[in-house]
Amino acid sequence: MNWVWIGSNLGLIGGRILEHLALTAPPIVIGLVLSIPIGYAASRSKVARSILLSVGGILYTIPSIALLVLVPVVLGLAILNPLNLVFALSIYAVAIMVRSAADAFASVPKDVIASATAIGFSRWQRFFVVELPLAVPVLLAGIRVVSVSTVSIASVGALIGIDQLGSFFVDAFQRSFPTEAIVGIACILVLAAVYDVILSRTGRALTPWSRKQAVASPQMYTADKVAAL
Amino acid sequence: MIEFRDVTKTYPDGTHAVRGFSLVIPARQITVLVGSSGSGKTTLMRMINRMVDPTSGTVEIDGQDISKIEPVQLRRGIGYVMQNSGLLPHRTVAENIATVPRLTGVPKAVARARALDLMDTVGLARELADRYPSQLSGGQQQRVGVARGLAVDPNILLMDEPFSAVDPIVRDELQQEVLRLQKQLAKTIVFVSHDIDEAFLLGDQVVVLEQGGHIVQQGTPEQILAEPANDFVATFIGADRGKRRLSVSPAASRGDDRVLVDAGGYPVGVIAAPGGRLSVASARVGNASPKSRSVSNKTDQAGDA
Repeated sequence: MNWVWIGSNLGLIGGRILEHLALTAPPIVIGLVLSIPIGYAASRSKVARSILLSVGGILYTIPSIALLVLVPVVLGLAILNPLNLVFALSIYAVAIMVRSAADAFASVPKDVIASATAIGFSRWQRFFVVELPLAVPVLLAGIRVVSVSTVSIASVGALIGIDQLGSFFVDAFQRSFPTEAIVGIACILVLAAVYDVILSRTGRALTPWSRKQAVASPQMYTADKVAAL
Repeated sequence: MIEFRDVTKTYPDGTHAVRGFSLVIPARQITVLVGSSGSGKTTLMRMINRMVDPTSGTVEIDGQDISKIEPVQLRRGIGYVMQNSGLLPHRTVAENIATVPRLTGVPKAVARARALDLMDTVGLARELADRYPSQLSGGQQQRVGVARGLAVDPNILLMDEPFSAVDPIVRDELQQEVLRLQKQLAKTIVFVSHDIDEAFLLGDQVVVLEQGGHIVQQGTPEQILAEPANDFVATFIGADRGKRRLSVSPAASRGDDRVLVDAGGYPVGVIAAPGGRLSVASARVGNASPKSRSVSNKTDQAGDA
């Protein structure tokens, strides 16, 4: 472990952390946003579910190197354009997230949906006011997995020359210099942990109801109610 | 007034949930649709707010064919209370009650004030306003459900087995609450139940249904008790096993009350007998009002055993 190298390269390390952040945040957001309509569609029927989840599964099995080589060809972008990596990571994010999103919408209690319909929610109101908020806990669990996986897979981008924390691994290998690899791993772990904390805090803020489960005591009936008994 | 005219509901697989059903549901009264599962009672109720559209036939509210009314608008004008309350778990009690007024654009403060008033109406302490449904007991949740059903002051209130999931004591209390509210508010209530005792207690009109929404008998509880139309009804109301045939127990009397027992010998209640005598003639005249029941039948469960 070469501490001197770390000390004299703090700028480089900080820069790559920011690059890594800039490359991974968009795919996580895109994965979440795109998986919501797809997952909702998958939760509506068994046929849709099996088709959409199979497609997601197939996408996820595409090796990342192959995808990184194919994406520039398909998008017509220069091979070194960071958007190639963002696009590839978004595909993986959606592929993982669709299953969670489908499960999230399937987890919304049927009688709550029926009663929302019965009292006069329109389709859109019901989606945004009832189904989406109630899907948040399971969506959140899914997006936490996606964030960890995205932060990790992004490092492969170094192989096609897109700089971020993964570049430390390539350098470490080419120069037989393990310190860089250790620094890269440590930074990726910290970044994944930061994402996780942010996401779980956000999730808690969005679901205040899920933390209050205590059943009220009987004396909360009004006095006249008790008298009526 | 709600009127079903020759309504049929056939599902794609060819089964008839309801076949050729016609019924007039009078305004400002409680009509109970009672039957076992598969009798189509819930399907029929859901036709009133277009949760289910009939395959043929029409449903009219005050003479207007509801198939011409946009479902969302129609539903916002009809109160709906269901089993397990169907409350939104992520909204507080007050927000749940105010849901429909908020959907129709009532300002938040106005809707909340109205929600708090409704909590008084249904006997819920205002301290519960900012709790979530999961923090309430089953009975309290059903009260919130009733308050929500009343939030837009609808003429029609649909109640789909609202009390079948709460324990018998709470159910009894909620049933009394419905009678009290009805005296005060006089809504057109359509109540679905599988419990004949609940139907007799609440219903001004009771409609006994068989498979496929076939009406076996309809009338006041008194009419059905006095003359069950056939063996099915007799069995359903428990007349055939003597559950409804009461007599005065020779023993166990105290003061001016006499204990009544059913044919199985189970005590079912007490009846006032001033001076130790039952005045049959005056009892008939005095009990003309169908809702003044001096005989309690809380021990029916025991009688069934």
